[in-house]
Amino acid sequence: MSILIHKETRVITQGITGATGLFHAQGAREYGTQMVGGVTPGKGGTVIDGFPVYDTVREAVTRTGATASVIYVPPPFAADSIMEAVDAGLELVCCITEGIPVLDMVKVKQYMKGKKTRLIGPNCPGVITPGACKIGIMPGYIHKPGKVGVVSRSGTLTYEAVWQLTCLGLGQSTCVGIGGDPVNGTNHLDVLRLFEADPDTEAVIMIGEIGGSSEEEGAYFVKEHMTKPVAAYIAGVTAPAGKRMGHAGAIISGGRGTATEKVAVLRECGISVAASPAEMAQALLKVYKP
Amino acid sequence: MNIHEYQAKAILREFGVPVPDGHVCYNGASAREWAKRLGEGPWVVKAQIHAGGRGKGGGVKLARSADEVRDTAREMLGMTLRTHQTGPEGKVVTRVLVENGCNIARELYVSLVVDRGSSKVTLMASTEGGMDIEEVAAQTPEKIFTATVDPLVGLTPFQCRQVAFSLGLSGKLVGKGVSVLQGLYKTFIACDCSLLEINPLVVTAEENLLALDAKFGFDDNAVFRHPKLSDMRDYDEEDPNEVEASQHDLSYISLAGNIGCLVNGAGLAMATMDIIKHYGGDPANFLDVGGGATIERVTEAFKIILSDKNVKGILVNIFGGIMKCDIIATGVVEAAKQVSLNVPLVVRLEGTNVARGKEILAESGLDIVAADGMADAAQKIVRAVKGANL
Repeated sequence: MSILIHKETRVITQGITGATGLFHAQGAREYGTQMVGGVTPGKGGTVIDGFPVYDTVREAVTRTGATASVIYVPPPFAADSIMEAVDAGLELVCCITEGIPVLDMVKVKQYMKGKKTRLIGPNCPGVITPGACKIGIMPGYIHKPGKVGVVSRSGTLTYEAVWQLTCLGLGQSTCVGIGGDPVNGTNHLDVLRLFEADPDTEAVIMIGEIGGSSEEEGAYFVKEHMTKPVAAYIAGVTAPAGKRMGHAGAIISGGRGTATEKVAVLRECGISVAASPAEMAQALLKVYKP
Repeated sequence: MNIHEYQAKAILREFGVPVPDGHVCYNGASAREWAKRLGEGPWVVKAQIHAGGRGKGGGVKLARSADEVRDTAREMLGMTLRTHQTGPEGKVVTRVLVENGCNIARELYVSLVVDRGSSKVTLMASTEGGMDIEEVAAQTPEKIFTATVDPLVGLTPFQCRQVAFSLGLSGKLVGKGVSVLQGLYKTFIACDCSLLEINPLVVTAEENLLALDAKFGFDDNAVFRHPKLSDMRDYDEEDPNEVEASQHDLSYISLAGNIGCLVNGAGLAMATMDIIKHYGGDPANFLDVGGGATIERVTEAFKIILSDKNVKGILVNIFGGIMKCDIIATGVVEAAKQVSLNVPLVVRLEGTNVARGKEILAESGLDIVAADGMADAAQKIVRAVKGANL
């Protein structure tokens, strides 16, 4: 099995008539994901490369039976698109868009309270259950079905970890990119909890970076509640304070959120922390015997 | 993005937050003129640079006559101000703020931030104005009062009153405090701030509140909807390479080391810096070329990296997912030719079409060292740069 998505997940693409949305919808379909249509306001009733297009998310859900959506809408409009997907009652929404104003996300978070939708991202690569379902922009072929769960704030660093695992013959149950923004839908802790409950995940790699305290909260959960082995890597030991390192959320502010501080907490909580990004899979093998 | 104090105060004034009367000046004569127009003195002359700790560095001075304002302004303009935030190289002062002094009875602290834990805007206030809030938080956390704002309701008057009473305000100062806090919240939302800090917010002997200093941090993601704020950007205050990079949509931060890095993805870019350090080297920069590493962008990235005279070698680390390695390799070769590269270049490619990518590098006739994996790449560039130094 897996977490969040599987073979039966039916996905619509919000922003499907844009170049990026269409490109990745095609890629996901080739991978075998049930990409059942898309939404672009004003283009409802048309068909683009075999994907039926609808004006609203509600209509798309009614017509296609979609359970999840993926968002490639430009930043000024992306928060509204998330709320539209939440309103339509989708179980899962992955927002790939980078650059959404933080105060827009503050409103989205409040709007989502009490609703059943889980939001992944924004500013993330998406979610993949290898061999079954791919929602997002990650290259499918580097993955391999298996038993290791991966959760990360960074896209390419996730690929790096996945590739290390695959090269060692270790497949993945599900890989979740939670995104690099300071206010997002799902954090490390949420995903770790799902992995712990998933019978087919045996071990987890968690990847973090400077800024915030999502990694520490995840680590305390590992210490208190997790029975499965966890390895980790934290990026940004060399990052200077006060500078935004690419990701909006990757910033050391007021001396808090340094990599050194995070690594110390993770180690304290019994997590096998990789000394370098080239050793993420090896760090897992120190605590996990497949 | 950051702005100067005088700009910050102009914004606050617009939203009804009381600030001392003042004006920005670029020379001594105008400073004297403005002092006379502002009032009878004393005045404060404040160097305008994007860094804190100006007072200790000699960037904030009291003047008792208009002539003294002029002389102080003349001394400050053109001087290099060094504070704990500017680094040892300091910042050259090109403008000063001349403003009316005031009779300070008490100094308070107020700030608004987006709290990542609660995903909400949080108001923080403290009775210890003028001090570093991190220090107060560490030593006397009981002197900090907070209020979390419901984004759909906004900062309510009762929350402001709670904070005002906690700060020890009484009488008519309570109402003034509520008005200041609401004004600050309005400013924060209207300008898409990530941080708004008033330190100190002073209570004057005349029982007024005045924002004596103001620090804004703006959400870079929201700059598109604030064209007026973008106009306030002072490029002289920023690293020229970082400005250049931002104009090409490259995410670049300059560091003190000598190994330039060119990477796709922010997380991988940070990890690349870390692994260079891990193997005993020193990264010269953070650089994320983004998902679409075209020839043009790679070329621009090379130019920016090489304009840093400390750079003695470059490490390219690309995990080609959607981007194919052969295309990236072509980009790297083209870029290396265009900038006539004369420092060691180590390239690590992984992902789609990696074999073809490596062939292209090998066939280029350029002196490019191919690497397998991040560890190999980091060790090779560290060795190459150390070799060059011998």
